[in-house]
Amino acid sequence: MSAGSRTQTAFRRHLEETLLPPIVALAVAMVVGDILILSYGQSPATVYRLLLDGTWGNAYGFGQVLYKTTALTCTGLAFALAARAGLFNVGAEGQLAMGGFAAALTGLALPVGTPTIVAVPLCAIAAMMAGGATAAVPGVLRAKFGASEVIVTIMLNFVVLALLNYIITAHLHVPETLHTPTVHAGTVNRLSDAFPAFHGSAANWTLLAAIAAALGVWYYLFRSKGGYELRAVGLQPDAAEYGGVAVPRVLVWAMTWSGAIAGLGGINFVLGYKGYYEEGFATGAGFLGIAVALVGRNHPIGILFAALLFATLSQGGLAVNALVPKQLVDILQAVVILAVATAVPEVQRQIRAAAASVARTVAARSGTEKAQS
Amino acid sequence: MTEFRAGEPDDANAIPPARTPLEESQWSVTPPPQRVRVGTDDGSDAAWAVRMLGVSKSFGAVRANLGASLEVRAGEIHALVGENGAGKSTLMRVLAGMYAPDAGTVEVLGRDVTGWKTTDAIAAGVGMVHQHFMLVPTLTVAENVVLGMEPLSGITLDKGRALADVRALSARTGLAVDAERRVSDLSVGEAQRVEILKALYRGARVLILDEPTAVLSPPEIRELWQVLRTLRDAGNTVILITHKLDEVIEISSAITVMRTGRTVARLNTYDTTPRDIARAMVGRDVSLALDLLPGVRITSEHESPMPPAPTGPAALRIDGLTVASDRNTVAVDNLSFAIAPGEVFGIAGVEGNGQTELLEALAGLRKARSGKILLDNADISQQSVRDRADAGLSHIPEDRHRRGLVLDYSIADNLILGRQHKFVGALGLDRDKVATEARNQIKAFDIRPPEPQVPARALSGGNQQKIVIAREMGRPFRVLLAAQPTRGVDVGAIEFIHAQLRKARDGGKAILLVSADLAEVLALSDRIAVMYRGQFACLLPASDCDAERLGPYMTGANG
Repeated sequence: MSAGSRTQTAFRRHLEETLLPPIVALAVAMVVGDILILSYGQSPATVYRLLLDGTWGNAYGFGQVLYKTTALTCTGLAFALAARAGLFNVGAEGQLAMGGFAAALTGLALPVGTPTIVAVPLCAIAAMMAGGATAAVPGVLRAKFGASEVIVTIMLNFVVLALLNYIITAHLHVPETLHTPTVHAGTVNRLSDAFPAFHGSAANWTLLAAIAAALGVWYYLFRSKGGYELRAVGLQPDAAEYGGVAVPRVLVWAMTWSGAIAGLGGINFVLGYKGYYEEGFATGAGFLGIAVALVGRNHPIGILFAALLFATLSQGGLAVNALVPKQLVDILQAVVILAVATAVPEVQRQIRAAAASVARTVAARSGTEKAQS
Repeated sequence: MTEFRAGEPDDANAIPPARTPLEESQWSVTPPPQRVRVGTDDGSDAAWAVRMLGVSKSFGAVRANLGASLEVRAGEIHALVGENGAGKSTLMRVLAGMYAPDAGTVEVLGRDVTGWKTTDAIAAGVGMVHQHFMLVPTLTVAENVVLGMEPLSGITLDKGRALADVRALSARTGLAVDAERRVSDLSVGEAQRVEILKALYRGARVLILDEPTAVLSPPEIRELWQVLRTLRDAGNTVILITHKLDEVIEISSAITVMRTGRTVARLNTYDTTPRDIARAMVGRDVSLALDLLPGVRITSEHESPMPPAPTGPAALRIDGLTVASDRNTVAVDNLSFAIAPGEVFGIAGVEGNGQTELLEALAGLRKARSGKILLDNADISQQSVRDRADAGLSHIPEDRHRRGLVLDYSIADNLILGRQHKFVGALGLDRDKVATEARNQIKAFDIRPPEPQVPARALSGGNQQKIVIAREMGRPFRVLLAAQPTRGVDVGAIEFIHAQLRKARDGGKAILLVSADLAEVLALSDRIAVMYRGQFACLLPASDCDAERLGPYMTGANG
């Protein structure tokens, strides 16, 4: 009885600790939103109602929310998986673009009429491998040379995007556009095929892949030996090493899978929506993924909900554009991030760890320079 | 004592000792009145430097202080002792203005200062030297000392005056340290002196030292005592938080004992014994170990039933081992030795003479430059940490917070660290198996609280160490590397851990014991080596060793 009630209390406290920060963050964001909306001479109630009507209020809007949720779930999971290993993957955008590009290439290379059941998995695997390979680079540099993955992933974003840009414009684009030809095989069906109400929205079955990825990451992190070791590396690398974990290998592994999951998100746009790779499709999704992971507290299930929240805000921005600038929503997102970053100690710790990682690299760099001069 | 036991084993209790067991057990519940002087003045009319009465302080459900009191005379060295979690640090933080008490009064130098702020405390001359130093490593000693109260010329730091001030203070107090050196280049002992200088520079007249000797070598400790005596003679008051009772006896003139947030005794050092203090701390009799009674060998009941056989086949043999330090200097220098089953091989020595690197190399955490490590005649020197552990090597690491535990993991998860691959079922980690293991180990090693899902961070130091001990000793092993096995744990846990080590030795395990605590090495080992600059300065049977004999080797005087 007492043990039962103690477990119950512990569970309630756990629930409060998990849910309270995002709810408070949302409340703070709404207050800030109120002030901004009022400053435009609009009624907050009207704007918020419009925002909800445009997102959850009709099937098309909700479809769009789900479409955006898919990509954000992938980039959020990518960030969280790396973060659980103590790594700060800021390169999800490049990995996402790489994944999308590889999916498009595969779709172009496959012969016309390849059955979907073969083509889609092939494209997905290609996307994951491309994203994984992109992220493996900073992973290896970190594991071998201690290079800050924060700096390398940021820089690699520019490299990857410029490289893809070059390949498209020089070799692969359809004239007058910035995209590849339409793929021959491997397109993912829209949700509207099964649920006609979603008609017109880009939501597609990649959503299921994203949800499966979230469940998979959850199981891996909290139920497997690999996840046990990965989290130990993230919390206390010295203790993990003592516990017989090959820390460098885990760093490369975590970074690679992080990139693979980001890459998987690429098929949402390329195969599920447009049917071709288009330059710039990934813009913002990588960085918003960080916010999603922070608000979801690096927990796969939390990330699903956080992705839904950020997708709602982002789609809602379009819905309220007639009354207030859609940048209002960007500000709301920023406030949510700041509020969570202030309220949640583990997020603070993570940000400090990232700063320390950068500082170490910079210090090592200035050290070698001094030695050379 | 030995002969007495051997002669009349049945009548041991019939012979009345100096204090009867009955009296002792009463004492352990309630200290006899003549020894408790809480709130009373025993005749001397010296002024109180500090008077804390009925102080209570809670953090949520945790009641850290429950009507605790502390009275310190001006110009005395006062020891505040108690087990981990007894509330010593909380009480001192109340005194230093870091916490406001929920109830009770605080008087400093005759002034009621209850609920004051840190800045008030500093201004009134209360200075605290923390266990973990708070210095800026890239600044010089002088700059660190004056930080926050810098002498200025215009708007810039007057470096010349800062230097002169600090040098003068250093000369006056005997806290010798080069004021121009960078703090990052200092030894731990020197850094501590800088911390004390910092407090004194701010005008501290009541100095609180939180376990100052935990990081010091014996010569450094002697210097610290000298400094504290000088400060006392100059009219300063010193409050010393510690749980090393030999230190208490050596340096203090009065003692306050705390237990579970309460003050349970106030004693005069001249008429008490370590045994009395230990009993007051724990609330019951403890088998008095070693670091409590320096230089005293344990009694025969702990001796191995069989004499150790160092000539037998070695369980662990080290052959010409050379290991580099982080700075790529030679930390372990061509070292060879062997440990037989059923033997405790103790390594004493001042920290930083290669002990850490030696153990890391043995455990597989650091690559050896050359040499062989043989476990039961099999060369393990190229094997991974995991393979070595599977081959029968257990390792209690010196720093449980950094290596020994993942503090945010639950007790259950920590109990499988290093053996996680043995708990894999068809679908990842076998949670039932982990839970069963946790239940058994928690019971066998009396880990508190007995709840597998509580994070290790929430446990006291002693219970955290019990997790490590349970994990490393509660499984089959051949050789145990035990580094600082009782560092920072309370008296009760020390007793328990020492008993475990003895039991393992008697069960035929080979144990390599490394400890900065000479008394512990002396009490537990069969053979003792003193490590100095990466080599053994001496290697002797424990029966030939005492602190006097080993001391010179530790400082290199006999090298």
